[in-house]
Amino acid sequence: MEVGLNNTHKFLSKIATNDGHGENSPYFDGWKAYDTNPYHPLTNPSGVIQMGLAENQLCFDLIHEWLMNHPEASICTPQGGFDFKEIALFQDYHGLPEFRAAIANFMSRVRGSRVKFDPDRIVMSGGATGAHETVAFCLANRGEAFLVPTPYYPGFDRDLKWRTGVELIPVVCESSNNFKVTLEALEDAYDKAKESNIKVKGLLITNPSNPLGTFFDKETLKTLVGFINEKNIHLVCDEIYAGTVTNGNKFVSIAEILEEVPTICDHNLIHIVYSLSKDMGFPGFRVGIIYSYNDTVVSISRKMSSFGLVSTQTQHMIASMLSQNDFVDNFIHESRTRLAHRHDMITRELAEVGIGSLESNAGLFFWMDLRRFLKEPTFEAEMTFWRIIINEIKLNVSPGSSFHCNEPGWFRVCFANMDDATVMVAIERIKSFVHETRMLEIKTKALAKTKKQCWQNNLTLKLSSRRLEEIMSPHSPLNSPMLRAQN
Amino acid sequence: MLSEKVTCNSHGQDSSYFLGWEEYEKNPYDEFKNPNGIIQMGLAENQLSFDLLQSWLEKNPQAMAFKNYNNQSIFKDLALFQDYHGLPAFKNALVKFMSEIRGGSVSFNPNNLVLTAGATSANETLMFCLANPGDAFLLPTPYYPGFDRDLKWRTGAEIVPIHCSSLNGFRITKSALEDAYKQAEKQNLKVKGVLVTNPSNPLGTSLSLHELDLLVNFISSRNIHLVSDEIYSGTVFSSPSFISIMEVLKNKNLMNTEIAKRVHIVYSLSKDLGLPGFRIGAIYSNDERVVSAATKMSSFGLVSSQTQHLLSEILSDQNFTKTYLSENRRRLKERHEMLVSGLKKSGIGCLPSNSGLFCWVDMRHLLSSNTFEGEMELWKMIVYQVGLNISPGSSCHCSEPGWFRVCFANMSEETLDLAMQRVKSFVELMPKQNNQSCHQKLMNRNSRRTKSLPKWVFELSFHQQEIVANER
Repeated sequence: MEVGLNNTHKFLSKIATNDGHGENSPYFDGWKAYDTNPYHPLTNPSGVIQMGLAENQLCFDLIHEWLMNHPEASICTPQGGFDFKEIALFQDYHGLPEFRAAIANFMSRVRGSRVKFDPDRIVMSGGATGAHETVAFCLANRGEAFLVPTPYYPGFDRDLKWRTGVELIPVVCESSNNFKVTLEALEDAYDKAKESNIKVKGLLITNPSNPLGTFFDKETLKTLVGFINEKNIHLVCDEIYAGTVTNGNKFVSIAEILEEVPTICDHNLIHIVYSLSKDMGFPGFRVGIIYSYNDTVVSISRKMSSFGLVSTQTQHMIASMLSQNDFVDNFIHESRTRLAHRHDMITRELAEVGIGSLESNAGLFFWMDLRRFLKEPTFEAEMTFWRIIINEIKLNVSPGSSFHCNEPGWFRVCFANMDDATVMVAIERIKSFVHETRMLEIKTKALAKTKKQCWQNNLTLKLSSRRLEEIMSPHSPLNSPMLRAQN
Repeated sequence: MLSEKVTCNSHGQDSSYFLGWEEYEKNPYDEFKNPNGIIQMGLAENQLSFDLLQSWLEKNPQAMAFKNYNNQSIFKDLALFQDYHGLPAFKNALVKFMSEIRGGSVSFNPNNLVLTAGATSANETLMFCLANPGDAFLLPTPYYPGFDRDLKWRTGAEIVPIHCSSLNGFRITKSALEDAYKQAEKQNLKVKGVLVTNPSNPLGTSLSLHELDLLVNFISSRNIHLVSDEIYSGTVFSSPSFISIMEVLKNKNLMNTEIAKRVHIVYSLSKDLGLPGFRIGAIYSNDERVVSAATKMSSFGLVSSQTQHLLSEILSDQNFTKTYLSENRRRLKERHEMLVSGLKKSGIGCLPSNSGLFCWVDMRHLLSSNTFEGEMELWKMIVYQVGLNISPGSSCHCSEPGWFRVCFANMSEETLDLAMQRVKSFVELMPKQNNQSCHQKLMNRNSRRTKSLPKWVFELSFHQQEIVANER
């Protein structure tokens, strides 16, 4: 006998039955479009190209070569085989000492060795996803909040809020000053929280930023530190993209601020989240790191890490790989070079057809400015246009509203998860679209003129009239996720 | 400044279970380097069959080298694979393995399986899916101390004990179930389900058909869930043979009913294969909503793709799995007998058991008083005097003092032999008629030493007193 939906929902928890996982949002339409029709140069050349996935696929050749030369890194090779039992049994949540040392070493070298990290502060987690949730559990109770500058990575809505019951309050950043985080915006957000009787426990920044692809300059970082110190709230710095900064020497980590000006704040307020998913391109290995300057947080998050430890098989391999400084330095350098090249190529080509983007020098994506393509500066128009990009241009890019951007017309475009040829195909598609749109505009103006004069004429355009309608006069019903997102 | 979760101690690590580990860490036995050190008998690890795994690895180099059978590198694909649905080849192999453990009596659908970072993560995730903060699960005592952390800490769920007694071999009874339910109601806790470990940790026994029937009837009449943690299912080394809850549902023709949707299994490769470091756990549920929610939650603790790949290769080799399962069982049985007979020579009995990596040992006759204080006193002597880290029953929430969990599969035969000799010497110092004064003598002799014990040892007595007060 079928039990009614309501009844069944009573059997499960609220968390299991709410939308806190974030996957019911309309933005998954882009993924679905890609999944059902994925591009392939030979078997499906007119499929959807995936440009919504921030993956770093540019340097696997270097890793592959290293692995072939270091079979002992795999505990299961004859050379590494004798380690198998010890590694397989090791479930100490402190992690293999050599793993922690290698991670601390890598983190330091990514920052040009300008700072050192203490291996005893390295805490494992199930990817950065697990790290963020754990940090939220440590720093905030149900109903308390974190401030987050917009636009921000959509996964934070799940990672920080879903099972923890913690709230996120946006710190609104605007294109007029290149989306920089201002003290005014911080104070604004903090005050709004206070008015709503929500206790703010911390500020979460992603540096370099996802989706902007920019990183914080030293002065802004110091301002942020001053702000959190004055309010006595935590600062969580997600530095997951630290290794993707094209000019590595310019990047300033929060660790460097603390080292340069140790008295700038109470160090117990500072926590870093890191992962190997972006810098190394290893999302499958689930190597997340919490690095806190607060001893209690280190201790408790380490106990919580039992819920998401890194497989010792992976710890062992990473320990071997990242303790080799020649390899590490070369990898970091080469990765930066290739990312810079890919970034420059795509942004330059698009600029040629009048498509601009936020000036950026980090990340695996760029923040594309398509405001002028919107019929009107609304989120409905953004969604409408986004559907055109997916269904007609056949590119899965991510609309700014999914990142809680306060201004419609911005899109995040990933460029490091494909080969050169695919990038060229994507560029060509965009160029064609821009060209066609221009033609369409010209013809439409002409049509409007003609209609005025000869309204009885039955002119039809060869191009999709549906597209015409959608660009020139959106009629789709209000799609309110964007309105909700603004709250 | 920090959350309540940080400042409470629901992580459970102030419990004697973990503190015994700490003492072992400070003074670990080593045959050559530290022959008087503490022997670790509080760790439920399976170290008996690594040679079998190692020899498989030597014979199957491609599994080791990130290569497929066509000798092409699969490193990149694995490095990028973060799909929370898991590697299909691995899930297919894992469900077959689970079925094989159950003698083929049930089969599992890989689409109903959710991979998690160890059973620790699986149990917590299931709680997040089934219980709201303040809701309760009923657990038969004694139970694995880690549940206090896994089920309660971050979820806000509560545990209400189903008291089991030595009078009937710690079996679950109908009245115990009902008493627990009533107790929860008295505390204004909404009961969302029952969680059992089958085979049981720490008892080392598998649930009888009668108990399983009771459980199914109970959850059916109360409209609640049943979680069966079957992490030790592959360690059943003697009769009665293991009966999985799924088998019971099948035999009662309940497989496609609402009741079946409320039965969930937790599994892991940490005990059966002895791979706790690899963090391979799983949730199996017949309720697609639970599967769906748990799958999304698994993002917080996925299994490393390289580990999934390696295990898919190992478990797909059914010649290997068949040999491994039977040989592993044989070795466990042998080792179990060694412990039981060794203890018997010292006049110490165990609960008759057929599974697990430990025995539930009856030391009630060695207590100076039939209290948890007496148990703690005896435990301290065993840790410091005898040099064995074993787990006191109170850390497992046993309602009767005097029981201890003693592990046997995490050491060599020689070490186990030595442990038995130490026990014999210790017991010989304690003539039956004169327990009281002998305890006193031992305590006095070591009073200098006890004075230098860390504070927590004395704080424990107070804590145990609290347990006694709450549970009686």
